[in-house]
This record gives sequence, structure tokens and C-alpha cells, in this order.
Amino acid sequence: MSASTIVILPDQATARIPKVNFLTKENGLLSWLLTGDHKRIATLYLVSITFFFFIGGALAGLIRLELLTPQSDLMAADTYNKVFTMHGVIMVFFFLVPSVPATIGNFVIPLMVGAKDLALPKINLLSWYLYVIAGIMAIYTMAAGGVDTGWTFTTPLSTHYLNTNVVSTGLAIFVAGFSSIFTGLNFIVTIHKMRCPGMTWFRLPLFVWSNYAASILMVLGTPVLAITLVLVVLERTVHIGVFDPALGGDPLLFQHLFWFYSHPAVYIMILPGMGVISEVISTFSRKRVFGYTAVAFSSVAIAVFGFFVWAHHMFIMGISNYAALVFSLLTMLVAVPSAIKIFNWAFTLYKGSITFETPMLYAFGFMGLFTIGGMTGVFLGATGTDIHLTETYFIVAHFHFVMVGGMLMAFLSGIHFWWPKWTGRMYPEKISQLAAVVTFIGFNLTFFPQFILGTLGMPRRYAAYPPEFQVLNVFSSAGASVLGVGYLLPILYLTWSLKYGEIAGENPWQATGLEWQIQSPPLTENFPEIPIMDHEAYDYEWLERHQQKEVASVG
Amino acid sequence: MSHPTEQDHIVSPKIYGIVAGALLVLTATTAGVSYIELGVFNAVVALAIAVIKAMIVVLFFMHLKYSSRLTKLTAISGIFIFLGLISMTMADYISRAWGRW
Amino acid sequence: MSDSTAIAQHDEADAHHEHPPYQRHHFETMGQQADATNFAMWLFLLTEVMFFGGLFTAYLILRNWYYPAFVVGSHQLSIYWGTANTAVLITSSFTLAMGVWCAETRRKSGLVLWLCVTFVLGLAFLGIKSIEYHEKWEKHHVPGFHYSIESFTHPSTDPEVYKEYHDKPLSPSMADKTELYFFLYFAMTGMHALHMIIGIAILGFMIFRARAGAYTTGHVTFVENFGLYWHFVDIIWIFLYPLLYLISRHT
Repeated sequence: MSASTIVILPDQATARIPKVNFLTKENGLLSWLLTGDHKRIATLYLVSITFFFFIGGALAGLIRLELLTPQSDLMAADTYNKVFTMHGVIMVFFFLVPSVPATIGNFVIPLMVGAKDLALPKINLLSWYLYVIAGIMAIYTMAAGGVDTGWTFTTPLSTHYLNTNVVSTGLAIFVAGFSSIFTGLNFIVTIHKMRCPGMTWFRLPLFVWSNYAASILMVLGTPVLAITLVLVVLERTVHIGVFDPALGGDPLLFQHLFWFYSHPAVYIMILPGMGVISEVISTFSRKRVFGYTAVAFSSVAIAVFGFFVWAHHMFIMGISNYAALVFSLLTMLVAVPSAIKIFNWAFTLYKGSITFETPMLYAFGFMGLFTIGGMTGVFLGATGTDIHLTETYFIVAHFHFVMVGGMLMAFLSGIHFWWPKWTGRMYPEKISQLAAVVTFIGFNLTFFPQFILGTLGMPRRYAAYPPEFQVLNVFSSAGASVLGVGYLLPILYLTWSLKYGEIAGENPWQATGLEWQIQSPPLTENFPEIPIMDHEAYDYEWLERHQQKEVASVG
Repeated sequence: MSHPTEQDHIVSPKIYGIVAGALLVLTATTAGVSYIELGVFNAVVALAIAVIKAMIVVLFFMHLKYSSRLTKLTAISGIFIFLGLISMTMADYISRAWGRW
Repeated sequence: MSDSTAIAQHDEADAHHEHPPYQRHHFETMGQQADATNFAMWLFLLTEVMFFGGLFTAYLILRNWYYPAFVVGSHQLSIYWGTANTAVLITSSFTLAMGVWCAETRRKSGLVLWLCVTFVLGLAFLGIKSIEYHEKWEKHHVPGFHYSIESFTHPSTDPEVYKEYHDKPLSPSMADKTELYFFLYFAMTGMHALHMIIGIAILGFMIFRARAGAYTTGHVTFVENFGLYWHFVDIIWIFLYPLLYLISRHT
């Protein structure tokens, strides 16, 4: 364990970014807007989701600012409702769902399976355009006065009692849904049909497995949300009461259909993140992921179980007690594959040669925070404690631990990990390690107090609260500002590194994936000739032999 | 890399003709049966005939009978998740103490 | 190669083997391309299953709650038009299957002919559907647009249906629920009709291309995948027909 880093960069005096790569192949705006190249589309996605992340983040800042004091003084209560609704809608549908799959997944999956592109490049581009159209509709909604139903569109609140822009938001999410369906469909086809010779299922990197599982959820779950939102829109415009009890409909039916998508959506958000963590943990502890097969199948198991637990969002809404019992037990089952992953990552670290580069720091953050988020999910999955804790800040803290502490950490980990491949340049290591630590501290300061607030009984979604909750809320708001700094830093230094970063070379991490054996940034069609996979995933001995052979043949 | 593709098997027009005939006969049957009083079994019979018709269309018109295991699995998984949606939702509705079932 | 100072000098893309013109650059073989697009089509149809699945779930629950309203609602639909339309659609599936066969066996004029027949049958289906919709409009049975429950609270005011089924009058509160039935009727058949319209548009495009001989040179993927779509739309109707028209026809 002598080396404190595994990074090996080429000699900076002579190193150059390859002249021909996917970024320089063609120039001009049109060559980007009409591209079929998965790496360019991933770049387009990266820019657009970062944009939406900062809108959503700004709204989160407003929420925390309002909650600094017990009174509703910064904004009126109904403005506050709009702010948290738009925060939820933008973060869920425009950041978290497409975050890792549409950017990192889009970029590396074809590289990892040894293909020249995704199976359906035009559909891939279409999916980005749908995302942009949906995003414009969401921004229109905000400009036109916002929507205040909460991101869950609970009926009959959303259909009868509010006069905000439910229709345009609903349609925006409808369109965004099709964007995500097409991404998922593309991944599944690519992973089945585009693998290079020798690339068997059990030689695939675990990132591919977890994206495969998430894609299944996208393809099968999202259409149900789409039709449900169509029914909500029709209920508002034509006054048909499928969900309206006054007209004979059933609001619980809406909940069933909505959560049939929106619970699996949680796994759509987290599974690709888990894939990133598998790659990073293995690379920075120089070991094959412990229990590869178990980790691979646990992704699929999460996807399958994930479809049959949705009613745990409805325990206090009046579903049958027997159904609640069944759904509660099934919910506990999902904890098993999630725990399999955490334990296997821990065993991967065991006796590994661990180094602490930025992606690894984020991955450690993920493991700790996701474990807390997942365990508190078990509290909420138990019907008894759920009645006490649901609709309080406990649930807010729970899903932020999973989504922000989990998914966002994984996203940043992945961005740092593949940044050298993507741009050909390294990010500055010291400041990015600082950013990772700041994010971790800020995150805990923001959301841990909310667990306590929730158990004390502070309800979510109110602009005002009793004065005795103020101390913890001040902690939380202070943490949010630290967290904000933690997110601003990467934007600044990653942009800086585009021009001034060190030349990364092909394989700065000494990683084993196929994507690391080609030039960075890659060529437009990825591989000069289709590779042949002749070793297992995460085979570091193979990499060593491979590199020695090349040194021998060059020297 | 000349693995067999979905296109390899060509279904003959004769089979298409038989299938279309069977579908039309089943349509007439289901319309006729709806005039007979069978209680709850009206719905059961109507759905059973619809399922048979759908299966014939999937197997022959959509060539599923001659397709790869992957395609068969894909079709089955769609039905499985759809039945999951229906059955788990129904699990709530039929077991409610205050339900209208 | 491993030395990153080396500047890539690949003449990309050009140095490839001979490809048929319809093979996309990122596929290795035609077989791979055909397989991938076929599989993608099946996956797309899965999303369609779940899309209609939400409506079917709503139908199932509301039908069980308001069975009497659904029975009299379905009596308002013409079983003759409904059955005729089912036959039209099944026949169109058959004619398209024959078109696919012609493409596979490289019979150009046969392909064009069968596609044209399918096109006409698709239009016939929509024509019949619009006659039915028009009838509902005239009887104020379109939910949300001056909906009237007169036919259900006073069935004798609707002599055509009454003489056939002798429905008993429903209480106003149950008669109100017929609006839900008709909403589901319009939502499901409307969504289905939308798929038909898209299908017919693509068919028109395909006829145009088939006349130019595009599908009879061995590249039949597009025709076959369209076939999958068209047959799937047929299957949706196969379920809509008993669920909407045949709830209970006996008196």
C-alpha cells in the first residue's frame, strides 16, 4: 500500500489530445443538433441536465431560506407550495431519472459492450429532443405561474381544488416520460444485440447490468404514468371523473397507477448510480468486484421486486389492511438485494489496495449515505412506524439520503471517473477532493436534522412551523448553503479543466473496461475495429499482462 | 457471424388463411355467446375467446411461434407485468373491509 | 498504440467491407441490424401494453363497481357495427400478413396490392368508427359535452335500444355512472383509433416506397416491424370489442 495514487498520466511535455476524436470530428451547431453519435448526445444531455439541476437547486435554496424562520415571511404559503412542487418535478423528472443513464450511460454503455454506437442512434437523438421539449414546457409552466400540487399530483387536489398549471406540467412530464422510454429501450436493445465477440453476459461490467435493470423499469413503468397523467389532464379539461369520487371515480385508483410508475422510478434513479459505484470501487481497490454474479443479479432482482411494492406509498391513504401487509412484506424483500450490493462492495474493499481519488471519495459517500437512506426506508416500509413517520420531515430526509446522498454522489463520482475519457483531460485532483468532502459534510448537515425533525412530528410541505423546531431548521439551512458550495465547485473546476487540465491519456486509472483501452476522447465510432473480449470483467492481471506486452512490442 | 435471424422463417399464405378464418369464426362465436345468459361466465367466456384470438395473432401473424427465445421472453414479461399491475391493484380492492366488491 | 502521444491516424469509417446500402454504419451484419430493430419493436409494443394497461385497470375497477351502468351503456353501442369492425380489422391483419409474405418472397406487385388493400381496410375501420362516434354525439352520449342521462333514467325515450333490450330505468345516481362508461369507451377506442391513424399514415408511406421496389430486394425489416405494430393494434381491438360491446347482450 505504498502508492497513494494509481493515476498514471502521460508525459505532459509531449502529450497531446488526439487530433481526431468525437468532439473535433465535425464542427458547427448543426453537426451537434443532428448528430447520431451516442457520445455527442450524452454531451448534449450533460449540458441540459446540469441546467435543470441548477434550476432545481436554486428552488431548493429558496425552500431552505424560507424555512430559516418559523413564520412564512420570505414568501407566501402558496408561493412556497409552488416552489417545492417545481423543485420536486424538475429534480425527479428532469434531473434524477435521466441523470446517470442518459449522460454517463449513453456515453459508456456502447464503449463497454464494444459497439460502435447504441442500436438506434436516431431514437437516441429523438429522446434528447423530447427531453428538451418537455423541459421547455416545464419552464413555461414556471413562467406562467407554476403549479402547486406537489410532484405527486394527488387527486382530487390536482383536478378540482387548484387553479395552477397542472395541465402543462402533466403534459411536460408525459413528454419527458417518452424521452426516458426511448433511452431505456435503446439500452436494452444495445445490451442484447450489440455486444462484441467474446462479450458474454457475465463479462459485462456491472454498470451495464444495473443500467439494463433500470431500463426494464423505464420501458415497463413509464407508460403507466403517461396514461395516468393523460387521465388527470382530461379530468381537468373535460371533467370526467375516473379519479373523482363525486363523479363515481376513485382517487385511490390514481394512487395505484401513479405509484406503479413512481415507485419503480426510484429504482430507475438509484440503479444506474449503483452501477457507477461498482466500477469505481473495483478500480480504486484494484480488485474484481466481490461476488460479481450476486451483484449483477441483485440489480435485476431490485427491478423485478421493485414492480410489486408500490402501495407502500399508500399505507395511510385507506388501502385494505391485508394489501398493506402484503406490500409491507414485499418492501422488506427489496432491502435484501440492496444489502447484497453494499456487503459486496465492502468485501471488494477488504484487502484491496485502496486509493482515495475523488471518484472513490464520492463512492464512499454513496455507500454510507445510501445505507442510512435504505435503512430508514425499512422503517417506512413497516406499516406501524409508517403511520407515525410518513408525511413528516423523516420521509423528506429518507428520500434525500437515497436520492441526493445516493444518486447525486454516484453521479458526481461517475462524472469525475469518466471525465478524462470524455474530455481527454484530468480534473484538478486536490480541489475536487475538497469538493467531495464539502458535499458530504454539507449533505449531512442539511438532511440529518430532518430525521430528528420528522420524528418530532414536523410535517412536510408547510411554509411555517412551530418555533421549537427552529434550531434544527437553521442547521439544515446552513448545511444547504455548504451543499450549494459543494455543487458549484465541480462546475467551476470541470469547466476550467476543459482547457487547462492535464492530458489524461488512454487509461489514467489503470482500469480494465474496454472504454479505457481506446484513446481519450474516443473516435466517433469508438473502436478502429470491433474489439474481441478475451478476459473477465475487472481482470487486473490481464491489464498488467496487456500493458507489458505493449511495452515490449513498442520498445 | 451468420447467426439465424428473425427473418429466417417464412410463414406460408395457407397458414395465414387458416388463421384469419379461425379469427373470424371466433369473432362470430363471441358475439353469439353474449346473447346467452351465463351469469358471470359471460365475461369469462368473452375474455377467454379474446385471449385465444390474441394468442393466435401473436403466434402466427406476429411470428412469435417461430421467433427466438428472447422475443418469446419479451412478450411473456410484458404480460407478466401487466398482470402484476392488475392483480396487485385488485388485491387492494377486493380485500377492503369497506369496499364495494 | 498504448502511448498516448501517438495521434490517432485511423481513416475512420471508410475502410470497411462492402455493405448493402440499407445497412446502418454501426451494425456489423445485416442480421444484427434486423435482429436489433425487430427486438426494439417488441420492446416498444411492451410499452404500449402498459400504456393501455392503465386504462384496462381503470375499466376493470369501474365496471365492477357500476356494472348496471356499464350494461346499459354497452347496449347503446351497435353490436353490428362493432362486429363488422372487428371483422374488418382481422381481415386487414390478414392482408398485411400477406403483404409481408410477398415482401419476403420478393413479389413487388403483390406487396403493393396487399398494402393497398390493408390501407383501404384501415380507412374502412375508421369510417365505421366515425359513424358510431357521430351517433353518440347526436344522442348526447359524449362525456363532458352536454352529456345526457335521459336514455338511462327513461329508457323508453330511446325506442331503438329499448325495443331490443327492455332495459329497466336506472336511478339517477347510477345513470350518472354511464358517463364513466362512455368516457372509457371514448378514451380506449380513441387511443386505439389514434394508433390506427398513425398506422395508416405509415402504410401510405410504405405503399409509395414499395412501388419503388424498396422492400423486395431482401431488406424486409421495415415491413415486418410495421406488421408487428399493426397486428398489435389489432390485438388491442380484440380485447376492446368484448369489453365494450359484449358486456351483456341478453335480455
